[in-house]
Amino acid sequence: MISLTLDRRTRTLTIIFACLILFSGIFIGAWLYGEKGEITNLTMRKLPPGWGLPFGTDWLGRDMFARTLKGLRISLGIGLSAATCSAFIALVLGLAAATLGKTVDLVITWLVDVGLATPHLVLLILISFACGGGAKGIIIAVAASHWPALTRIIRAEVIQLRSSDYIRLSPRLGRNPLWIARHHLLPHVVPQFLVGLLLLFPHAILHAAGLTFLGFGMSPHTPAIGALLAESMRYLSTGMWWLAVAPGLALVVSVKAFDIIGNNVRALLDPRTLRE
Amino acid sequence: MTLELYVNRNTSMLNICNLSIWFSSYTIGLRYQETRVIRDLDLSLQSGQVMAVIGQSGAGKSLLTGAILGILPRNARIKGRIYFKGELLDQGKLRRLRGREIALIPQSVTSLNPLLRIGVQIARAAQLGGIEKKEVKTTVHRTFERYNLQPTVADSFPFQLSGGMAHRALTATATVGTADLILADEPTSGLDPSTAHEALAHLRELADTGKAVLLITHDVEMALNIADLVAVFCEGTTVEVTDAKHFVGIDKLRHPYTRKLWNALPANGFLKSDISPLSFSGASGCPFHSSCEKKETICSERFPSLQATDQGWVRCHYA
Amino acid sequence: MDSMYTMILRFFFYKTFRLIVLIAAVATISFIMVSHSPIDPVDAYVGPAMIRVSPEQREVIAKRWGLDKPAFERFGRWAGQLAKGNFGVSMIFNEPVLSVIGKRFVTSFWLMALAWSLSGSLGFILGLTAGAWENTLLDRGIRLYAYTMASTPTFWVGMLLLMAFSVELGWTPVCCAWPAGLSAEQATFWQRLHHLMLPAITLSLIGIAKITLHTREKVLEALQSDYAIFARAQGESTAGIVYRRALRNVALPAVTLQFASLGELFGGAVLAEQVFSYPGLGRATVEAGIRGDLPLLLGIVLFSTIFVFTGNLMADLIYHLVDPRIRTTSEGLS
Repeated sequence: MISLTLDRRTRTLTIIFACLILFSGIFIGAWLYGEKGEITNLTMRKLPPGWGLPFGTDWLGRDMFARTLKGLRISLGIGLSAATCSAFIALVLGLAAATLGKTVDLVITWLVDVGLATPHLVLLILISFACGGGAKGIIIAVAASHWPALTRIIRAEVIQLRSSDYIRLSPRLGRNPLWIARHHLLPHVVPQFLVGLLLLFPHAILHAAGLTFLGFGMSPHTPAIGALLAESMRYLSTGMWWLAVAPGLALVVSVKAFDIIGNNVRALLDPRTLRE
Repeated sequence: MTLELYVNRNTSMLNICNLSIWFSSYTIGLRYQETRVIRDLDLSLQSGQVMAVIGQSGAGKSLLTGAILGILPRNARIKGRIYFKGELLDQGKLRRLRGREIALIPQSVTSLNPLLRIGVQIARAAQLGGIEKKEVKTTVHRTFERYNLQPTVADSFPFQLSGGMAHRALTATATVGTADLILADEPTSGLDPSTAHEALAHLRELADTGKAVLLITHDVEMALNIADLVAVFCEGTTVEVTDAKHFVGIDKLRHPYTRKLWNALPANGFLKSDISPLSFSGASGCPFHSSCEKKETICSERFPSLQATDQGWVRCHYA
Repeated sequence: MDSMYTMILRFFFYKTFRLIVLIAAVATISFIMVSHSPIDPVDAYVGPAMIRVSPEQREVIAKRWGLDKPAFERFGRWAGQLAKGNFGVSMIFNEPVLSVIGKRFVTSFWLMALAWSLSGSLGFILGLTAGAWENTLLDRGIRLYAYTMASTPTFWVGMLLLMAFSVELGWTPVCCAWPAGLSAEQATFWQRLHHLMLPAITLSLIGIAKITLHTREKVLEALQSDYAIFARAQGESTAGIVYRRALRNVALPAVTLQFASLGELFGGAVLAEQVFSYPGLGRATVEAGIRGDLPLLLGIVLFSTIFVFTGNLMADLIYHLVDPRIRTTSEGLS
């Protein structure tokens, strides 16, 4: 039993590492191999998965594996950049709400409520419409709509910290606010922020994929996974199942990997969240 | 030398031998650590007796009830032997015995489900306590009367009860069944003196009808009113077991910690001295050695073994 | 009794006030966003009659909607129109926005209601089971399902179901809310149900996952509570604690969550309707967004806000009504 429990830490670190390898693989693969997905080959059309063509080819003879890799890279790229923006907005707003006084707090809390008042997808559609669509529109839409939940968490954390004794006493011991912030607040806020950011990725990627599927990011330059799946909708009735299964599966695996990383990092930083 | 040599296992209701409990947890970075909270604890109780386990609050005494009933959290590890009516306990046996032969009176009213009515909860306790389905209603009714609970209480929710009523309801859940061993966890905490007296009187009454009562409390004075035996708990282990009658003067008390407790009683001048919570470091040696006046080098090195006294035993190198 | 009435009245007044403020805020923000979009508002509001409208008529319309005035005034007029109930005409459907939303919502309603009930009930049962038999094969299986679903896009699940059941097996139709060629009134109840099945199952599969995980967590929490530990001390088995005692304690947050997740439901419906070409409000939203139907899009945004608000309101109400601690504050024994 001892060896099993000692491995917990090693196990967690190994899992995180494995996921990171997976992502490097995707990005490197897409960089090396991605453009091959643009080459049309009319002699090799509509081929199901087989030797040399792990994901088959589409109606234009394009290699689905390469297309999926490129699509993944684009989808992950959109999701990650949008999520990071959102997380930083949440950080700023959360900190502001907790430290700049009652009025600012009220305004920001109310903003959070408004942000959560509309169905998420409707809000996303509205924003990407207002931005004129395209990849830019999607990134802005996702970035501008994922901050409410994390803002709440950060705000709650900082408020709780500020009311704890050792922080209230520090100024009397002669510490200036910057020192307090660096030594007392940061060590608690940074882990929460990091975990929040990591757990934001799966949501952002899925929402971005949804938007591209619905057609809001449509442009030939951005064949994101959602777009790939939307295209394959037309060919579903002809039995070309690999056009939908392959890219979708790739997306699920990537999103799950981010989820796993997020949960394992959270376990490392705050073991109390473990349910054991 | 262990307790088993001193007490005839077959005549006691409850026998705890060499009980140790560790709790495991994870710190930042998922590092595993284990802390020992109970160490080589020994205890023995006969039917018809009330044994008060006294010691500072928060020292882990309440874990005893969990250990006896086998309901400690999953990250707890137990070593040692517990005998009930002569039988060595294990999880299988405990599943049958819980509620039926060993019953718990918990410390606070939060142990009652806030969304269910009292009557329902006590009826269920009766069923689990070995009462036949058709007898449940009458038994519950009888128990209500015994503890002076109005019939309207049965339809109320826990938050509607006053402190005293809540405690009587908690006592009722334990005694409505057929249990012979009653474990009472801090029954007087948070109660005003008259209600506390009443609660303890109920426990005495239970012992007088032949049950065994293990009373865990930090309120030494009150406990002495009804206890037959006193077990002194210090830093995870019992350091002395003696007759309650010996608590009239300091000379009959053998262990230095017991004497300090005696001095700290209000009647004896509140001599607090340094009974400060020591850390559960699992350090070697006597758990009391850092605050003891009789300390020698051996005290910090070796864990003292049990020495028999005329009415009980003591765990000290120099008693 | 007197205090009870005032409490209820105060509750509703407060909620109505919040709703109005919320609508105002959402309307304002939407308006600001949309006025930066590359769509010509006059074209949008004139609607399909755009081509036949002369420049003078355009000016008249522009004046009515205040399109020639600065933004602030424009907003004022637009809000004024909204308050009068005039949401404009949908460019795509050639109908007043409110009637489009009304009709389409009815179609979506059945889809959402079915999925909501299925995911709520099944999710709750699965969550209870997973929590009661924690760490057994059953629990691990349920968790695996739930965690996988949580990382899966709704529309992909729909596509898989479509391929498997409609294309390969032919058991269910490939699209729409009733058979092609028939009108809404002609379709029978069974035909509608037949067409509802796959989209509803799609929506449920993902909804179940979230509720299962949430319920399971609540069950595990309940098992750590004081009353659960005491129940165990009395001899109750884990299953006994879950099904006999903790049920209410777990059901309350579960139901509350159900009502508070109407936003997610709507979002899922948008995607599911797209996959199955189901002519509901979700599909209308997408079309409005892609084709730049401003009035319809804004109308849907406001409508869905009210929808979500209602859900949260119900969640709040239920919590206040069901928890006996809050219900019986006036009574008390001593």
